[in-house]
Amino acid sequence: MCSLTLFPPPLPDGQTTLCESNNELLSGNNTQNASPMSLHFPRESLKLHSRTESSSKAAFLDHSETLWMRSAAAWRDGGLTGLLNEITDSNSEVPKWLSVGSGCILALLRWMSSFHGSLFPHLTLSSEDMIAEFSQVLNWSDCVVRAFAWHPHTDKFAVALLDESIKIYNPKSTTTPTLKHRLQRNVAAMQWKPLCASALAVACQNCVLVWHVDPCSLSARPSSSCAQVLSHPGHAPVTSIAWSPSGALLLSASPMDTSMMVWDVAAESCVPLQRVGGGGVTFLSWSPDGSHVLASTPSALFRVWETRMWTCERWPCLKGRCQSGCWSPDGSRLLFAVEGETVIYALTFAGAPADISTSSLKGPQAAAVVADLSETTFHTEDGDLIVGGEIQSLAWDPRGERLAVLLKGDPQATNRPAIIAVFKTRTSPIFELLPCGFVQGEPGVEPRMMQFHPNFQHGALLTVCWSSGRITHVPFYFLTSAVPLVGLSGSPSLLHPLERPADFASQSLFTELLS
Amino acid sequence: MFAADSGCWFTQKVLCWRAAASVAWSVLLLPASTAAFVVLSKLSVLHPVQMFADCVSVLLSAGSVFSFVLLAGVIIMVGFLTFEYYTVIPSIACSKVALLGQLLHPRQLLYCLAHGVMGVVVGWSCAVTIGYRYERLAYLCPQKDRDGLLHMCLNEHHLLLLLEGGFVGLSHSLLGVIQNLNYVSFGTVQQHKYLCFKASLPLAAKCSAAQAFYSVRNFVLLYFFLGHIPRAWMCKSLSLHLDSSAHPLDSISGLLDLSLLYLLWISATYLLFSWYMTLLLFRIFVTEAYSFPVQSTFTEEAPQCLPKVLSEKQPMILKFLALQDLSLLSQHSPSRRSQVFSLSQPGGHPHNWNAISKECLSLLADLTQRLVSYHETVATNGRTKSLSSGSDRKTSSESSGTEDLASCRPTFLMKTPASVFLRSVGAGPQSPLTSPFTPDLDSPFASPTLRQLTSPVDPGSPWHGVVQSPHVMRRAPKLWSTSTDSQRNGSPPASPATLPTPKPESSKPSFLAQFFQNRREQVKHFMAKRMLVMYLFTKLPEASSQALFADGQAHIWALDGLSYLVQASFTEDQFGVVQTTLPSILSSMLLLQEAVDRHFKLPHASSKPVRSTISLGDSSHKTLRFALRATLKTAIYRITTTFGAHLHAVQLSAEHRKRLQHFLEYKE
Repeated sequence: MCSLTLFPPPLPDGQTTLCESNNELLSGNNTQNASPMSLHFPRESLKLHSRTESSSKAAFLDHSETLWMRSAAAWRDGGLTGLLNEITDSNSEVPKWLSVGSGCILALLRWMSSFHGSLFPHLTLSSEDMIAEFSQVLNWSDCVVRAFAWHPHTDKFAVALLDESIKIYNPKSTTTPTLKHRLQRNVAAMQWKPLCASALAVACQNCVLVWHVDPCSLSARPSSSCAQVLSHPGHAPVTSIAWSPSGALLLSASPMDTSMMVWDVAAESCVPLQRVGGGGVTFLSWSPDGSHVLASTPSALFRVWETRMWTCERWPCLKGRCQSGCWSPDGSRLLFAVEGETVIYALTFAGAPADISTSSLKGPQAAAVVADLSETTFHTEDGDLIVGGEIQSLAWDPRGERLAVLLKGDPQATNRPAIIAVFKTRTSPIFELLPCGFVQGEPGVEPRMMQFHPNFQHGALLTVCWSSGRITHVPFYFLTSAVPLVGLSGSPSLLHPLERPADFASQSLFTELLS
Repeated sequence: MFAADSGCWFTQKVLCWRAAASVAWSVLLLPASTAAFVVLSKLSVLHPVQMFADCVSVLLSAGSVFSFVLLAGVIIMVGFLTFEYYTVIPSIACSKVALLGQLLHPRQLLYCLAHGVMGVVVGWSCAVTIGYRYERLAYLCPQKDRDGLLHMCLNEHHLLLLLEGGFVGLSHSLLGVIQNLNYVSFGTVQQHKYLCFKASLPLAAKCSAAQAFYSVRNFVLLYFFLGHIPRAWMCKSLSLHLDSSAHPLDSISGLLDLSLLYLLWISATYLLFSWYMTLLLFRIFVTEAYSFPVQSTFTEEAPQCLPKVLSEKQPMILKFLALQDLSLLSQHSPSRRSQVFSLSQPGGHPHNWNAISKECLSLLADLTQRLVSYHETVATNGRTKSLSSGSDRKTSSESSGTEDLASCRPTFLMKTPASVFLRSVGAGPQSPLTSPFTPDLDSPFASPTLRQLTSPVDPGSPWHGVVQSPHVMRRAPKLWSTSTDSQRNGSPPASPATLPTPKPESSKPSFLAQFFQNRREQVKHFMAKRMLVMYLFTKLPEASSQALFADGQAHIWALDGLSYLVQASFTEDQFGVVQTTLPSILSSMLLLQEAVDRHFKLPHASSKPVRSTISLGDSSHKTLRFALRATLKTAIYRITTTFGAHLHAVQLSAEHRKRLQHFLEYKE
């Protein structure tokens, strides 16, 4: 089992990780070197909304409306609770028995919901807190870049920003479409549809939006008619979405809803898959071969669904909820991290069921610990640095060779920053994780989220979004042991990443970012 | 002969059993819903013990056992009717008149009548179960008449429940036509039957309660105005008297009885719920995936194998299940895929793959042709062209009649490719009124020429039913810049993506036809000014587009199956059997893509699905065209992503190559 003590020590202050070459991580202290590849969204450049919805509502509400009108509006906006609130508040206009009765019913409802909330504490959170709690992004509510998504087939990506807009960067076109929609608030996750050039699913506070951004269009501001709105009563906020690898179905999950939705996006219809235990669904991950789906709940329980007949396997955890998980490229192995524990677990699944008759899920009996990430102290020139602790998110590169782990750190302690630890993974003869190194950014800046490029030719490319609003790409150059690459003639070409780090990171990728 | 046999085995061995199982389950679930009904009907908050005792005594009484047997009979009848009337292709009415025609079709009237009668039966058992003042139809009059004799009086409360049952049954069956209740759609995801049922149970309860509310409201209004007619009739036919001391119920004070209204609503909900349950169970059972063997070692089982079954035309659900199975096997089961790619033992021919790909390609070609001809119709905007041969007879027969319902009949009687999908009852003739087709053709304003153009000449072979009209053929090369020859070259002789040989150009229209044509125009002009006629005959928006894609689910599965098989062939196809068909698969997909793109560019075709209201009537047919468009694109991408640059070696026309390049660069 691998642990952090085997890792090379973190870089001294002022050094940033540039890339991996010849089996070691190379660093540099010149930030100018990295800047051409990176994208920067300073917090000051974003026009943030200062008013919330409720404050503007109060400014415009016409109070001379009749009680009947107000009740109808309250019913429309707030449902039964809103109606009862309205009646109770306007006790001078309604008969006494009505206002007292509605007040009683309201109290009863509140008591019942608080009882429900005591069973599932997460239900008492507000939508934004809930997204921040269950998001894969570290410290989501404070993030300038709230979500990031690479296109699965091409070199374009989408970035969701704090000002509720989404920008799409494509190296092959000069336009940068900006997507804005009335319902696009508090974006928790994004994913491009596989086997499609244009569709981008966005998990928002009240719905799932599916944008259709024509790659040939020159419009910098696609209209909101390009977006499909997928919403279902009670299914909000949406914290996680997952496309099936075949591009046919979209899954969405909300911690408030015990059922996860299977959307047929084209028809805008959904099939709820309900399992009551757990009290909601927080995180979804579809295995790359399409056979399994990981669905974690706010309780100490997660499920692994089999996508043939949509049956599921329950996996109770001991300590806390499943915080993050990722699948190996062949879909046979699941790595996951549990809140409150500092280890990575692995589950191994047999191959996809061969026939209908054997479609039942034949899973493993217990999860095995594959890595220990408990706190480790490194002695550096600048003093002791503590690395390790709870895991925020996991990412496995599409070839299954590098595993990136985002460690939470401790925001209070200065010597315990959030950090990305990268492992090498090996599947034969036995599955094991080997230490690779830490990925660090500029001083005082911590990583917030990360994602691997889905088809990087020369190894793996890890994209990291930092708390400063910068997005950088860290390439890992290696030769795949399993599939020899065509055209790379055996040996890796000699790299000089310190001199020209941008050379190998496919120059065509970010040419437009230079400007 | 042989084909009819092979269709039969499926009906006998699978469909009947599935239907029987669904009916059995609904009968088994009947006690539960009956108990719920009894509890709700006896509901009294103030006397819970009394209520409980009442319920138990009612449930255990002999009368309730009898009424339960009766209800079980009704459920079996409903299940039988569902089995007889279900369809996997929705019948979409393109105008108000067509809808009226559907409603007034004798077959439909029979269906409504049966439901009305069953509604009365359920109403009677409800009345008996509720008891109290509702229990008997007649009672002894409190007053004596002039002669001092006692008479039997009519119990209007009982009558009200009976009539309400009948009314709800009738309105249920009529609404079923409008909401396409008989349409059985296949789910997006496969689930076990129990979970499906559990998930749809709350929806059924909600729908039946809402529907019952509206039905009771309408019924109460109707009874208020026309209630004296059935009452008088009952009195007369059963020689009963009216109780002059009792308050008549067709008055405001009589109907504003809350407990009466509540019981009416509860019994209507109970009726609808038990019927909806039967319908739901039937849908769940009948759409369950069925695994057909890909090949069999025994020759007598050959008709039951997938390649054979795919080409079946009757029953339609057999074809649908086979296509569903094809799509599932292509995604999930490598062992069955290897059977598809295998060669026949003596001879070494890929019979399985050939049969499957041929069938799928002919489905796609058929849809392409349908879209092209529809586009033609819309492009000419309903203007008449010179008549072609064979239309004389039809023209005269049509224009002799006035523009009423009768003149619609010839239109309906045409066999369209889509209409053959509809499941015909036994050996009986195809119901003509339910054939969906393009709007211009349904409307009597359309010229007979166009109707003729779009109808295949040979209705017997709709799957090879390419448009055989000279008009379309003439324009075909212009429309599709790829010549048909290049297609032929790329595909093996077995490929169905062939176009028909053009018919010889017809002679000039006769003078008589010209005369009738002019008359027609005049009549048309005259009628167009009348509001009601316009209201009845104007096309419903979107309906034509929906009707065009009514059987879209079959095409979606065909596309899925083909693309997954082609994707799997990249690694699994040892003998390269798929490679020979790849050009024709690609070209037919690209042709379809072009046709679908053109269709969605038409002004009336909306680009996004509309939000459907919650009802049990399946509205998934309304969004099939969007699903088809998305599936088509995904299918092409699946092939291009898998094969990548290897596709440059595939023989394709220049136009298609260009199109494919767009897909390879992810620019579509």
